[in-house]
Amino acid sequence: MGKIIADLDSAVADIADGVSVMIGGFGGAGAPIELIHALVERYGRTGSPGALTVINNNAGNGAIGIAAMIDAGMVAKMVCSFPRSSDPRAFTERYLAGRIALELVPQGTLAERIRAGGAGIPAFYTPTSFGTQLAEGKPVAEFEGRMYVQERWLKADVALIKAELADRKGNLTYRKAARNFSPLMAMAAETTIVQASRVVEPGAIDPEHVVTPGIFVNRVVEVPDPRQEEALLREGSR
Amino acid sequence: MSTKLTNAQIAWRAAQDLPDGAYVNLGIGFPEMIAKFKPEGREVVYHTENGILDFGEAPPAGEEDWDLINAGKKAVTLNPGAAFFHHADSFAMVRGGHLDVAVLGAYEVAENGDLANWSTGPGSVPAVGGAMDLVHGARQVWVVTDHVTRKGEPKLLKHCSLPLTGVGCVTTVYTSLAVIDIVERRFVLREKLPGMSFEELQFLTGAELIAGGVADLIVPEI
Repeated sequence: MGKIIADLDSAVADIADGVSVMIGGFGGAGAPIELIHALVERYGRTGSPGALTVINNNAGNGAIGIAAMIDAGMVAKMVCSFPRSSDPRAFTERYLAGRIALELVPQGTLAERIRAGGAGIPAFYTPTSFGTQLAEGKPVAEFEGRMYVQERWLKADVALIKAELADRKGNLTYRKAARNFSPLMAMAAETTIVQASRVVEPGAIDPEHVVTPGIFVNRVVEVPDPRQEEALLREGSR
Repeated sequence: MSTKLTNAQIAWRAAQDLPDGAYVNLGIGFPEMIAKFKPEGREVVYHTENGILDFGEAPPAGEEDWDLINAGKKAVTLNPGAAFFHHADSFAMVRGGHLDVAVLGAYEVAENGDLANWSTGPGSVPAVGGAMDLVHGARQVWVVTDHVTRKGEPKLLKHCSLPLTGVGCVTTVYTSLAVIDIVERRFVLREKLPGMSFEELQFLTGAELIAGGVADLIVPEI
């Protein structure tokens, strides 16, 4: 099956300029820090991949993870619900200088657009954002006496995801609330790349406990004892 | 009785209305305070957007697990019977009408239930999070807020002037001066501070107050 990749650099080696990248995580929980930093290092070394569209709930914190991507200048556009954090400097500076684009999406709409992308549903109606600025220009329709806004699916070229356990067939479990957007993103990306704290043999994860079935996963790289973004920030990483 | 309630007292008052057995989402910041004042003997299950049902209090300092956080990115603990789920399921709970109560803060509330709480207009970085989703779906949408702005201007208005979070969505407003239900697109006064006349309260409110059977708003010193 060959989903296991030996190292982080190989796992992200073919991500091209200008692609869209979904990155799992809500704040620090679930942020695949090692995969992100492998991509930032590659950009520093080779100048590629640049001009990325990054899809995440947030827009980076401090100077690590997505904030490091923004600081490096690799990100042309963020698609997110909440581009604020305890230290949003990286995004805020570039946004206010007009050097990074923002597509602001309500959090539940962001999740459902990604799910729809992975599920082959091009559009859906939601009550969220009806009558607000974020619905401007979108079709609306009435169902059972209430108004709804049409939203479109969201897909990506690549997803970067942090899992707890992975087996060789790509079946995944997550740790606590680090799950958040990752199962949806795994479905919605053309190539889903996973860093897992432990890679186990098929069968070692009880099929009842699989959260993301392996069909949604293309590559797995083992990263034992992964760093946690929030913990790093609190230790003073900048 | 002081001339206005503190945020803790507003939170206490809202908490008294939490129904037993309710599934509740408390917004980031001020609304989170409500959990502290839940009346004894009532069971409430808290939902957080990032995929937990039935989380508990913050852990002691030094025992945080940063994979176990709420939507405000604060460390939490789990109650027995807690559950994890992904973001699409989390917002299915919100939009699908499965939450009993959502509580949010506000910049402005209009008499028809319109809420503005996410943007103060151009010139800053816009951020909406889950607010626009939360105002739809929960059976009751409560707002906790000061009755007036820092400049003393009414926050309860005929029409919102700031960008809307949702249209006609708020059901009850717990303010520093009063408890007001929104019924058929009007502000219906349920309780007011005993030291304040109806006329004084009306003067600080930007739309007409309808006086039903108005009770005294009584809260403990906190």
